[in-house]
Amino acid sequence: MTSRAGRREVAVVAFAQTEHVRAADNLSEVEMLMPVLREVLDSTGLAAGQIDFTCSGSCDYLAGRAFSFTMALDGVGAWPPISESHVEMDGAWALHEAWVKILTGEAETALVYSYGESSAGDLPEVLTRQLDPYYLGPLWPDSVSLAALQARALLDAGETDERELAGIAARSRKAAEDNPHAQLSGSPGVDTLLESDYLARPLRPHDVPPVTDGAAAVVLAAGDTARRLTRRPAWISGMDHRIEAHSPGVRDLTDSPSTRLAAERAGLFDAGSPPPEVAELHAPFTAQEVVLRKALRLDRSTAVNPSGGPLAANPVMAAGLVRIGEAAARVSRGEARRAVAHATSGPCLQQNLVAVLESDGAGAEGERP
Amino acid sequence: MNAAPSHKVLSAPLVVEFPFTRSLGPVQSAFLTGLRERTVLGVKASDGRTLVPPTEYDPVTAEELRDLVEVGRTGTVTTWSWNDRPRRGQPLRHPFAWVLVRLDGADTALLHALDAPEGPQAVNTGMRVRIRWAEHRSGAITDIACFEPDDSVPSTHRAQPHPGEFADPVTGIVAEARLDYTYTPGRAQTRYLDALTTRRTLGERCPRCHKVYVPPRGACPTCGVPTGEQVEVGPRGTVTTFCVVNIKAKGLDIEVPYVYAHIALDGAGLALHGRIAGIPYDQVRMGLRVEPVWTEGGRYPDHYRPTGEPDADYETYKELL
Ligand SMILES: [Zn+2]
Repeated sequence: MTSRAGRREVAVVAFAQTEHVRAADNLSEVEMLMPVLREVLDSTGLAAGQIDFTCSGSCDYLAGRAFSFTMALDGVGAWPPISESHVEMDGAWALHEAWVKILTGEAETALVYSYGESSAGDLPEVLTRQLDPYYLGPLWPDSVSLAALQARALLDAGETDERELAGIAARSRKAAEDNPHAQLSGSPGVDTLLESDYLARPLRPHDVPPVTDGAAAVVLAAGDTARRLTRRPAWISGMDHRIEAHSPGVRDLTDSPSTRLAAERAGLFDAGSPPPEVAELHAPFTAQEVVLRKALRLDRSTAVNPSGGPLAANPVMAAGLVRIGEAAARVSRGEARRAVAHATSGPCLQQNLVAVLESDGAGAEGERP
Repeated sequence: MNAAPSHKVLSAPLVVEFPFTRSLGPVQSAFLTGLRERTVLGVKASDGRTLVPPTEYDPVTAEELRDLVEVGRTGTVTTWSWNDRPRRGQPLRHPFAWVLVRLDGADTALLHALDAPEGPQAVNTGMRVRIRWAEHRSGAITDIACFEPDDSVPSTHRAQPHPGEFADPVTGIVAEARLDYTYTPGRAQTRYLDALTTRRTLGERCPRCHKVYVPPRGACPTCGVPTGEQVEVGPRGTVTTFCVVNIKAKGLDIEVPYVYAHIALDGAGLALHGRIAGIPYDQVRMGLRVEPVWTEGGRYPDHYRPTGEPDADYETYKELL
């Protein structure tokens, strides 16, 4: 069974996530992850042994535990040995690997999961260790300060103002009131938010994501297997990821050409395609939503982060996978026929992944086998 | 979370330190050596731009870059943010601005700190700044102590070709890093550690395959399900396999040779490690029955010694090898 592009059809057939919290400190990583794995497998009726390929995303630096992903593998029943892979990245990239695996015909089903216990360390400091070790690492520039440089660039360029940023924060956290998995929900109005002191000028506390412990899991399946496992598969009609220069001083921080290119390659702008009804954007900082809206050409017809987005819960390494899961869930529930999900990695939106999810019959040509 | 907390959570500080020794490419070496000599070098990219800090490869085409140029020590702030609470390792101890600075003659910006004693009101994009050199310079990005405000006019400084050759060039850096964590072992290991304080060994049984894991990690890796049921195992057990250690470990006050063994505690579904004593090393054998020996205040058994029981039959432990 192939899609119009001559590619195998692959869909998200199940998604589960933790109730995200500031510190899951009574649980080890595998203990935090396991209920999510159970939930996502149970909803498809598949046993762990029936999954053809398993791919996970996590980062040992978050909790300071070497090879922690091998412990997490206990939760999927990895013995006797299963076909398995791991990326030291957000689970969205693990999902990309699993998608490719299914496209090649090597697998019919895949389990993707990711998790992070950021609470174990000082996250903004831990994230300095992902930077260039020659020119940036020795200065220990924390992630909040780097995001603030990007926000300042946007303000100076007239691309946004502090009121709009506060509006993004308020809208996101109000939307999270309907999301039982969110860590933060509800927000004072924009005027009240703007009275608060700066955290890292020009960012105020509301512009910054919470520190979150959490996990997420997705099951992918091909063609008729997907149709058998769920009533309404969320077909991945396209997915791509692109990266920009590492040095923030080389990039135009007010734009995201990598997001634009990934979206183009994922088919988001295909002629005749309707605009997405929903966009789940991995914009941990308010100003980054402004950059992504522009790159993805989103207008008011698209609901951005109806889940609350990463401003409501930001489990590092899972937050991007959650975006794909949330977008897919909207399609599967019949609330959207076309949705776009985005995931990011690195400082100031350095690397970006875009996935387009569609219900049956939502594509440009309108028909599927 | 999906389950209620069951126990007082154990936690302990965990410090991870890793001094990475990194070698430098020719462009990085010239740039960092130049900083030591108060000279700022950039590199010409294939599109004609001057990259500062310079890279070994072109950010667009990935071509190897080698044409070095010298740029100014003054520049213009292209964006900034205010840091009220400097963290460990950051360039200044008092509040400062992070800045991206485009040095005169460069086309890209360098990240560093700006010392702005008058506070954020005195900082703006477009302001002129100059390098404040560190007193002791070794060939590192921190040879620039920080930037400071400068009243020069935007100069028309043109990047000048530079051979990039210095006496005694820097060829590597040591990147020291320290991260502080709070380690929490989770519920299964907390129960295990709590039980050890009363000299009991707690395993957890898989509800599906019934294997008892010691120490428990909270999940059965074969079935992929939580192991909720606690089972006390031992204290006695059987040596399943062993080795004779002939090399004295640093800081360990044990005479060699000694025996280190896999011991299957009675009731456990897998073996754990322990030292065997109270028997000559060359008489230890597979199937030997042993029991733990605790020392005053010990948080785990110091070693295991023979119980004097007859050896266990191979059939009883062959699955635990
Ligand atoms: Zn089991």
